[in-house]
Parts: sequence; C-alpha cells; structure tokens
Amino acid sequence: MDFWNTLRLALRALARNKLRSSLTMLGIIIGVGAVIATVSIGQGAEYLVQQGIQSMGTNAVFIAAGSNRPGGARLGSWAVKTLTLDDMNAVLREVPLIREAAPAVVGRVQVVYQNQNWNTGITGTAPNYFVIRSWPVPAGSVFGQEEVDSAADVCLLGTTVARILFGDENPVGKQIRIGNLPFRVVGVLESKGQSVMGDDQDDRIFAPYTTVQRKISGITWIQFINASAVSQEASVAAVPQITALLRERHHIRSGEDDDFFVRTQSEVADIAQQTSRVMTLLLGSIASVSLIVGGTGIMNIMLVSVTERTREIGVRMAVGATENDVQQQFLVEAVTLSKAGGLVGIGVGLAGSALISNFLSWPTLISIKAIVTAAIFSAGVGIFFGYYPARKAAQLDPIEALRYE
Amino acid sequence: MAESIAVTMECAGVASTRSALIRLENVHKAYNLGEVQVHALRGVSLEIRTGEFVAVMGASGSGKSTLMNILGCLDRPTRGHYFLDDTDVSQLSKVELARIRNRKLGFVFQQFNLLSRTSALENVELPTIYRGISPQEREQHAREALERVGLSDRAHHYPSQLSGGQQQRVAIARALVNRPSIVLADEPTGNLDSRTSVEIMDILQRLNEEQGLTVVLVTHEHDIAQYAKRAFEFRDGKLRRDTIVPDRQIAREVLPTLPSLEDEDEEDLTEAT
Repeated sequence: MDFWNTLRLALRALARNKLRSSLTMLGIIIGVGAVIATVSIGQGAEYLVQQGIQSMGTNAVFIAAGSNRPGGARLGSWAVKTLTLDDMNAVLREVPLIREAAPAVVGRVQVVYQNQNWNTGITGTAPNYFVIRSWPVPAGSVFGQEEVDSAADVCLLGTTVARILFGDENPVGKQIRIGNLPFRVVGVLESKGQSVMGDDQDDRIFAPYTTVQRKISGITWIQFINASAVSQEASVAAVPQITALLRERHHIRSGEDDDFFVRTQSEVADIAQQTSRVMTLLLGSIASVSLIVGGTGIMNIMLVSVTERTREIGVRMAVGATENDVQQQFLVEAVTLSKAGGLVGIGVGLAGSALISNFLSWPTLISIKAIVTAAIFSAGVGIFFGYYPARKAAQLDPIEALRYE
Repeated sequence: MAESIAVTMECAGVASTRSALIRLENVHKAYNLGEVQVHALRGVSLEIRTGEFVAVMGASGSGKSTLMNILGCLDRPTRGHYFLDDTDVSQLSKVELARIRNRKLGFVFQQFNLLSRTSALENVELPTIYRGISPQEREQHAREALERVGLSDRAHHYPSQLSGGQQQRVAIARALVNRPSIVLADEPTGNLDSRTSVEIMDILQRLNEEQGLTVVLVTHEHDIAQYAKRAFEFRDGKLRRDTIVPDRQIAREVLPTLPSLEDEDEEDLTEAT
C-alpha cells in the first residue's frame, strides 16, 4: 500500500471521530503553542538585552571601586576611597587602548521643584560621559568643562525625573532644589528606558562630578570610571593592563585582592545574554513537558481506537492487509494527529505571542528555528507515542480480531 | 483416510487426473491452552475442485471453524499440508499468506463485518487497497462487484442505512472484488431471516453456476446446506462424511414460494434512514 493511500485512510478514520480527534490534538496544540510563545518571549528578551548593551557602546570599559571577588570581607564602591581622578588620568595616559574616560560619583538625593518632589539617584561626572555612553541631549545642552572646574550648580535631568517634576513644562533653564542647594537645569537627556538589569535609566540626575563631590557627598575620591576603548577587542585587551596599572598605583602586593574591578561591556553582554538564553531554555523546556503530556494523550486515544477497531483490523487482515499495512495505517493516524496539532499549535503560538506583546507590551521575537523545531518535534511525538499502539494493532491475530465483540 | 479421499473423488464425479484447487493432506491443528493441548483437527484430508459448491457441516467444537481458518490462510496447520492451486501454503510466510488472502480468497462472515460510517462502495473497495491498483481501477472493480450482487443503486449508502440482507450482499461484493477463485462463507445466513437467507444462497448459487466460482460454505443449518452440491460433515476434528447433496435446492426456484414480506420491510428500512 502506498503512502497516499495510507494518508487517505488515516484522514478518513480521523474524520469519522471529529470531536475525539480534535480533543486529542488539543494536547499537542497547547504544547506546541506554549513552546512557540515562550521561546518568542525569551528571544524577545534576549533581543532587548542585546539592544540595551549595544546602546551602551560595545567598546565600553567600566572600572569600579571595591572588590568584586566573592567571599572574604567586601567593601562596596561607596566605602572604598582609593580610586581617584589621578587613577583615571593615569589610565588615559598609560593605557593607549583606552581612548576616553569619565569619572563618576553617585548618591541619592531628594529633588524639589515647586510643590513636586522626588527621591532619585545623582551621578556626578564629566561632559564626555555622555559621549562615551552615546547619550544625546535633545533639550538644552550638556554642562561644559568650566562648570566642572568651578563646581557649578547645574544639572541634567533624565526623562523620568523631568516628567515627575515638570509634567509638560519645559525644564531647561528652570531652578530646582537638590537637597538644600538650588540647581539650574541645563538639559534633559534622551530616554534610554530600562537597563539590562531592569532599572529605569531615566530616573537619574547628572551634575558635574566636582559639584557632587564637594557639595553633596563631601568626598574627594571617585567611585567609577566609565571608559571607552578604541575597539571592542581593545576593550577586552585593556583589562589586564588597567588592572596592572591600578594595582601598582594602589600598592597592592601580589597575592592581595584588588580594591577595584574592571568590567568590559562585551563581558556584561555575554553574561546578560547567557542569562536570558538560560531563561528561554528553561521556559521552553517547561512548555515542552506539555508536549509530552499531549503525546501521551495521543497514545491513549490510539490504544482505545485500536481496541475499538479490533474487528476492522481483523477484516483488513482477512482481505489482505499485512502487519506492515496495519502498523503503517495506525502510525500515520497518530502522526497526522500530532502533525495537525503541531500546525494549529504554531498558529496558536504566533497568535499568543502577538497578544502578549500587544497587551503586556513585552517584546516577542518569532524565531523560524523554534517553529521548525516544534513542527519536527510534534511529528516525532506522533511517531514515538503512536508506535506502540500501531505495533499492538499489527500484532493482532486476525482470527481473534474477527471474533472480537 | 485413503478410503475417504476415494469416496470424495467418486462423489464429486470429477476426473481424478484434474488437479484439485484445494487439497488438504492429513492436516492437524492443535492449540496450546496453557497446560492443555486441544486438538481441533485430527488428520483431515480432502480435495475441492474448481467450480464446486461445498457445505461444511458440524456442531460447535467439531473443528469446522478451524478448518475454515486454515482454508482461509488465516491460520497454518500444526502438521500436514495444504495445497492451494498446487502451492503448499502451509509453508508460506505471513506476508505471502496475506497476499494469497487478497488475490485468491474472498471472505463472507456471519456478522457481515462492514466498516461503519463507510459507504457500501468504499467497503467493497477495501480489498483492492491492498492490491496496489490505481484509484480509478479500484472504483471500477468495486462498482462491478456491487452490480454482480444487484446493489448498484446503494453504492453510497452506509451500512446503517441498509437491511441485513443488503449488508451481506455488500459483504459478498467485497469478497468478489479482487476476482478470487474461492469464496469462503462462514455462517453467512446466521444473522438473517429465512427469506433473506435464501436470497443470499441465490446469489452464491448464481456466482457458482454462471461464473464458475468455487464456494465453501460453513453452516450448521441443514436446510442451508441443501443449497450446496456437496457436503462435508465434521465431528471431533475429523471429516466423518463426504456426500453429494441429495435433491439439492435451487434458490431461484424456492424464492417465489416464500412470502415476500421482507421486501416491504426492506423498503421501509431504507426509506426510514
């Protein structure tokens, strides 16, 4: 018996029991739909992470005060006083792979404008910080080097802060209070959205680092250095050079831990990507459990069907069907069920992820790979779970089968 | 045993030089039921020639069903030989037996065994599916077979829309569709009333007379056996008697003498559904 015949037989048999066939398919539909939807959500997240990382510049090198070594006594970036502006200048001078660097000191402040107030983060930095992070200022402009030198009371607002304090008003040129000091708003940054770690990058104020050091935090050291290498490869190559330089400058003997740590953007990207990939994998594997459940559903129905159709099998054998013919027939029925379920499931998965990105505004990314995998996998489920019932049908004794009540 | 064969030949009135379509030589069949061995057939030898119409009689447990299964190539003898068209089928593989069932044998069952929710035409087509011919040929053969049993006008009815007699005629058409040399009918009238039974016998007799089809009919009803030309009687797994049926009934002649209530009933049934 050729394949098309078998397929026709299978379709006819399934059409005879429409409700049962569709209920059986439901398991596979849900399974495949869930796999596609979760994988597309996961891939959407991955894409978002990638975007976020690229927006921070792939050449970026980040130096922070404090140790990142797990275990032992650790001091946070706030408590370590050894990183200084001189360190930054030394890095710029002696590590030629580093093209630019900007210092950063951070703190939390209460900001007030008229009757609005808000608790937010403040970053004290230099004008080139916004170049390194490729962060445009559409309204107003970045403070200049003179403001840094004179520790002027000027600031830039992130869009979240601007919205909360000013609503629809244009903040540029207005006076706000940070703590007890009046500051002039010189610009509003472009919205950057959530960071890779999930916090709002726009909920922040930027001022000259000298101003923050002297008038807000009361410190002389710095906490971070945002640097930029000449290329992505250079950013990775610069790490040991920076480490060696800073260890020497901080008089750290060999065997002792660093009192700073150096990260490159590509490292962060790798970690973040790995994290979201693991998440996708995890979601996908949870979803594929439902595929297995769907498969058992198929096996169950096929076993019932074989029992119910024992006489039919007997008749088929009596009129000349071989064991192979019977086995093929039931196997094709099972695969047709799972395959059809898989196809509908792909549709459901696509629709599901479209709904999710519409209503929950999560980004989703449809991957052809996931669709093809789901399609192949659903056929595989049919073969795997259909084999036993089909084998059982094929091994029936025609005499017994014909006598079966 | 030799005596029995001699009787067979004499009774059948066929020249012994002509080779038999079916020849059983000392066939034994034993079933293992756990510890107990049941001997269903204990050394059966017989010959059936092309064009014969044989009734196999016997009480239940006489071995007639086992004989039928062996003749139908659904089962193989434990011992002995079964020659069908001079081929020793007792030595063939399952696949080869399936092929023989498909090409050379036609089955008619007591329960009709039609596939439900499948039209008469598709039911008749069933054996052709396993023969590897084109869909056009399959449909053509099925239509011809339905015509031979006088049911052309019911081709697209489902079994549930047909009377018992019509269902059995569809089953006969299914048995004929691959143009077998033998039709094996296992109690074909067991589920039918007497008039319909005679109608079925009429079809079998016509096929036998007009087309030379060999018919082997298993029955426990003596009046049904009367329509055969020759009768085997089985008891305790052995062939006890092999006779030419005296004053054989011809269904075509019997039918007009029977009340024709069934015709009306059949009409009612088909109209109702």
